[in-house]
Amino acid sequence: MLYIQVLVNGLVLGGLYSAIAVGFSLVWGVLNVINILHGSLIILGSYSAFFAYQYLGIDPFLFVPVAAALLFCLGYVIQLVFINRVMGSPVLITLTLTFGLNLLLYNVMILVFKADFRKIILSPPLGSINLGAVIVPIDRLISMAFALALVGLLYALLRGSRIGRAIVAVRMDREAAQLMGVKVTRIYAITFGLGAAMAGAAGSLFSVMFPISPEAANALLGKAFVICVLGGLGSVPGVMIGGLTLGTIESYSALFFGPEYSVTISFTMLILLLMFRPTGIMGRRGFQ
Amino acid sequence: MTRLLLVAAAVLTLVLPAIADNYVLRLTTTMLMYSALALGWNFIGGFAGYPSFATAAFFGLGAYAGGVLQTKGLPMPAAWILAGTIAALFAAALGRAILHLRGHYFAIASLVVAEVLREVTNSATDLTGGGMGLNLPVLPVEVTTQAQLFYYAMLIVAATALSTTALVARHRLGFGLRCIQQNEDAAIVLGVNTRRYKVAALTLSALFPGLCGAIYASWVNYIDPTDVYDVLLSVKPIVMVLLGGAGTVLGPVYGAFLFLLMEEMVWRNVLQFHAGLLGIIVVCLVLFLPHGLRGGGWKFRRRRMGEVAP
Repeated sequence: MLYIQVLVNGLVLGGLYSAIAVGFSLVWGVLNVINILHGSLIILGSYSAFFAYQYLGIDPFLFVPVAAALLFCLGYVIQLVFINRVMGSPVLITLTLTFGLNLLLYNVMILVFKADFRKIILSPPLGSINLGAVIVPIDRLISMAFALALVGLLYALLRGSRIGRAIVAVRMDREAAQLMGVKVTRIYAITFGLGAAMAGAAGSLFSVMFPISPEAANALLGKAFVICVLGGLGSVPGVMIGGLTLGTIESYSALFFGPEYSVTISFTMLILLLMFRPTGIMGRRGFQ
Repeated sequence: MTRLLLVAAAVLTLVLPAIADNYVLRLTTTMLMYSALALGWNFIGGFAGYPSFATAAFFGLGAYAGGVLQTKGLPMPAAWILAGTIAALFAAALGRAILHLRGHYFAIASLVVAEVLREVTNSATDLTGGGMGLNLPVLPVEVTTQAQLFYYAMLIVAATALSTTALVARHRLGFGLRCIQQNEDAAIVLGVNTRRYKVAALTLSALFPGLCGAIYASWVNYIDPTDVYDVLLSVKPIVMVLLGGAGTVLGPVYGAFLFLLMEEMVWRNVLQFHAGLLGIIVVCLVLFLPHGLRGGGWKFRRRRMGEVAP
């Protein structure tokens, strides 16, 4: 019975992980930029949800679209002002740039929010559901549902909308897309904005489930990367599978080896996977 | 003229401990340490063009190896050399696992090495003291003598790193690494054993940080995992090399001195926000000075946008 409980915990966690990673995967896939800022953007979303709940009494679940909109604007501007200047440069250059931006954002957050851990405590608490011996807290269940819905929404956007098709077109062949009249610079900015919006939305959900602090940003970035590699880069369903896999693996490894080894285990797995199956679980190499 | 300046600088570094006060000595020891770190990174990042973020991992591994060996009773210099060797061997093994990755994948794989080592160090409490850190035996000599000792130790490491760089730059190895940097597939076609060359570069880029880490541990007498596996230890050398010119012999040294001089004079005074200011500097450097201060050194490979590939 314990194993089923751990599996459920893992899947609930994994749902949130998918939402955390999907924006990162989108930016990496389309812009070919590793967005070191991603972890900090998630935390920024968490903090905005925290303060909205604390001072304005807005429910964090209702705040999700607001956080997404705020972070979209921020991401759009960051891409347009900074990252756009180094598009197509060697990896080291784009990586160092986003690293510098992250250093700045992270330290601003430390300065403004302090490094203390804070948590949204919903009142009244939502309680939990008992299914036989398996217990699921309702707030976590709603977070997972929201997270998976967000991932689904992004998938629908990329598949169905004009802008989504343009993003996919730029990803497949930038020059051809340009020749077809797609404004690539604008698509890049929108893509980065969408990535940031997903980070903000995931951050709001994150603040319901976990204590938040700027310190958590790097761990979240690492998880996003592992998920992208697990699921295979650049496909939304892949990210969802990667997220659920990582959540499950983390739960079981915490059960067997103790939670202090969770990072080591997920990264060891990552390196093994990169050695033997670099295309991810889905096995389809994305357009790179 | 340049040669004359270099000779003057060399003489100055040799006699400095006799004339400088402890503050200057400490600052210059730090500068020498970072020069060695930057020169180390230059082998893999500058010559071979592989964006390695593993410097902190090698530094921390060296620090802990040296620290643990010393607490087990090994004499200090032997512990240092052994620690450097351990870091180099570790890098050689690591290289076989991750050097087939390119671009982003390699960058992140190298970035997580420090995270993993940090966690392992944290968990191996019996050996390393875990999160409580590790105290090293205090040297039974006077403070000023200690300062001079560590200055010369760092000087030897930095000078060795510099001469190794000069050798490599003229040797087959440097030539092969530059080929890899320019076009790895073409290098393979031309018969360059890229794997061996890359492993050699990564090993060299671990040896000097490993030595530095061990000396640093003895120098400050106390190390803990967050301190010696700090990601900034990976990033600062990169910034220094970019500042001075990647793939050049003296560039990393210029970069390290200039960077630390700026740090000491400008943003160290902004205590609350100095890492944030560092972020601003990094952003400005990348946006406005991608070729470094000396211009020609950093071959800015502008790939065609369509064929960006990891």
